[in-house]
Amino acid sequence: MGTKVSRTVDCIGENCPMPLVKTREAIMKGKKGDIIKVIGTHLESFKEIPMALEALGIKILEKSIEDKGKWYIIFKI
Amino acid sequence: MENKKATIIVHSGDFDKIMSAFIVGNGFVSMGIPVTMFFTFWGLLALKKNGFKKASLSKMNLLGLGKFMINLKMRRYNVASLDTLAESFKKLGGKIIACTMTMQLMGLDKKDLRENLVDEYGTVGTYCFTTKDANITLFI
Repeated sequence: MGTKVSRTVDCIGENCPMPLVKTREAIMKGKKGDIIKVIGTHLESFKEIPMALEALGIKILEKSIEDKGKWYIIFKI
Repeated sequence: MENKKATIIVHSGDFDKIMSAFIVGNGFVSMGIPVTMFFTFWGLLALKKNGFKKASLSKMNLLGLGKFMINLKMRRYNVASLDTLAESFKKLGGKIIACTMTMQLMGLDKKDLRENLVDEYGTVGTYCFTTKDANITLFI
């Protein structure tokens, strides 16, 4: 996809609640219009980061998870 | 988003309960919900310098062996330490109130606490004033 990512948040190997925390931190640090990609391996976070984004009123552009459990979520702030 | 707000009374000084309090606190601030944590009684002792290190488990502490095992497991599963959780809570805008009545009871001075974590010092009035508009309140 031709999405231009402004910032990648690496949460690989991180456990609860750090993927959520790092996602929020990136949103707070970013500017409006930035495209953020979060990558990680903590399975619940693949479900829960979208919940946090919904609570924050942020739309997801793209998300995907591999069989091995590695996932990414891309959204625009 | 709607006017949501959460407050948590941290009464327990047990390592595992403080951990839960900070994890939930981080969860709320991550979702954009402002959180105030009110540390009182045994919970306040955890805010002393080295307080996190000294806090014991509520169950199976086994004179510190239990906590040692939990710490090993936390490292193995890459679970964030209490220090990291407290730091990120603050970084995401979480607020901490230290109970000054407890400070008097326990003979604590501001400089005995980790002042960088504390936003405000107060008693029940400060807590209730903050909590009156909260729609999520927890007592741990």
